[in-house]
Amino acid sequence: MSEKPIQGEKRVFMTGNEVVAWAALAAKADIMYGYPITPQNEIMHYWTRMAPKFGRKFLQTEDELSAGFTTLGGVLSGRKAFTATAGPGNTLMQEPLSMAEMMRIPSVVVIQQRGGPSTATVIYSQQEVTMTTFGGNGEGFRIVYSTSTHQELFDYTIKAFNTAWKYRFPTFVLADGYQAKMRESLKIYDPEEKGVKLIQPEATIGKPAVNGVKEPVHVRNTYNTEEELFEVLTGYMEDYQKCAPEVTEYQEFDCDDADIVVVSHGVVARAAKVAVQELRQEGLKAGFFRPVTLRPFPADQLRSVADKTKTLLFVESAFGQMAKLAKESIFGSTVNVETLYKPGVGITSEEIVAKVKGVL
Amino acid sequence: MSTLPQMPKSWRLESKPHKFCPGCGHGLVLKALGEAIDELGIQDKVAFGCDIGCSLLAWDFFNVDTVQTHHGRTTPVMTGVKRANPDVICIAYMGDGGGYAIGSQHLVNAAARNEKITAILVNNCNYAMTGGQMAPTTLPGMKTETTPYGRDVEQSGYPTQGPEMVAAITRDGAYVARGTIANLKQLKSYLKKALENQLAGNGFSFVEALASCPTNWRTNAKDTWAFVEQEMPKYFKVGELKNPAEKGDE
Repeated sequence: MSEKPIQGEKRVFMTGNEVVAWAALAAKADIMYGYPITPQNEIMHYWTRMAPKFGRKFLQTEDELSAGFTTLGGVLSGRKAFTATAGPGNTLMQEPLSMAEMMRIPSVVVIQQRGGPSTATVIYSQQEVTMTTFGGNGEGFRIVYSTSTHQELFDYTIKAFNTAWKYRFPTFVLADGYQAKMRESLKIYDPEEKGVKLIQPEATIGKPAVNGVKEPVHVRNTYNTEEELFEVLTGYMEDYQKCAPEVTEYQEFDCDDADIVVVSHGVVARAAKVAVQELRQEGLKAGFFRPVTLRPFPADQLRSVADKTKTLLFVESAFGQMAKLAKESIFGSTVNVETLYKPGVGITSEEIVAKVKGVL
Repeated sequence: MSTLPQMPKSWRLESKPHKFCPGCGHGLVLKALGEAIDELGIQDKVAFGCDIGCSLLAWDFFNVDTVQTHHGRTTPVMTGVKRANPDVICIAYMGDGGGYAIGSQHLVNAAARNEKITAILVNNCNYAMTGGQMAPTTLPGMKTETTPYGRDVEQSGYPTQGPEMVAAITRDGAYVARGTIANLKQLKSYLKKALENQLAGNGFSFVEALASCPTNWRTNAKDTWAFVEQEMPKYFKVGELKNPAEKGDE
């Protein structure tokens, strides 16, 4: 049994789902629990082929409720466990993930967004932003990375395990059907050889006795009184706000003198990037802003962009789910807001260029 | 000399007296379970998972690692633990609603996969924590808050016979039994065998325990006991349905 799935660094050309499976292996994930739903299936397909070679495990469950709850069981026993889902599966996944929020269970979930609501399409969307950031009966104590390229899918899947186990908030890698199924080139690598320290998981239950003494733990998500719950959640919020500046990630360019800044995330940000570059070549003052973490949202950073530009153009493959997060973070700003929303449909750089020219 | 009743060693004294209603069957099932854990000497290796509903009141009941989960989701949580760390002896403790209604897909599929965990289901013929609604196990004609004129089998079907279902869908290695708080010695032996079956790595083990709920049945002590001892076993037959230790592989 070869110890390291990836030796050194390798240039590869593969689909996003395959990338996720490799990244989970490289991050030393111990076990995947999964249930089939398109477009994330090939994560399981690659994982089930590769995992046994490296002593890793897999369980195919009866539904996403079970995939989520078995993942929590795996994490509670001190293993790096993860699952992946999409669309209606993500809906079911919100129940276990609300338990993960309440019990601070460092679970990792990869979402490959598909069209919604309901069954809709198996293809693509950015319509699972609201659900992934604030789903369940909770307060959004989660960390959500929205990836844009296959390289990021690899990097952030590895990072998601570290983030989850460091801060003990459930962590999501939010991608989409395009990223899942598209093939592109990237570098895969062994993170430790690159100096990325992988956090060691720790067991909550099933810890062996120390010096013959076993200290049993009792973990719960139920509380008897309002005050008891309030105290717990106040502590969680403090922890969340404390880690937010360390966790928050974003990208921006050409914003300083921009008349209009295109705000987008995920795969749409690739089109936005090209659009802004083209507009600049034509002498138009466009800028680019992309939240990498949708939760916590780079609120201060967007705020300072909003303070210096005339117009923000929100572009997404949804009816403004990212824009809702963005607008909340710039509340009170007098910046003009324009939108290009195409729910469940891909967006090209040409469309963004045309939209910007129409606005300017 | 102490005159206090003997508590199982695996019980957590700080959380006693326990939180269940007077006359509730949970305390007796958990006593039998505690004694089984003691006799097998597995206290330090057990992880106890409890459901929502009255069973969640057991979240601090034992001096064993305990995780309280969601309604119906104890089976997958304990499955996840066992798959990730097979050294842990996993007990999934639930009520009839959790096992036969909201979490029935988990019970069925854990049984079909022959998960090496022990599921214990307390059958008291109603949803007790929420105020006594009809459960999958409510007997025909029995009055509950959602069947105020009695369970009509035309409308609601017949009560679920869990162990019979689990026995039908499991293959070799599964242990399946139905015990009752009316026969604690027998119930304890079933629970012990169910745990031994997990320890032996044979497969899924499942014990349903018939139990009382005087609060929601609105019965006095005499009528409560008569219902548990006489009425429930008419529909829910007590006994072992599958025991790998007693017969060889077929």
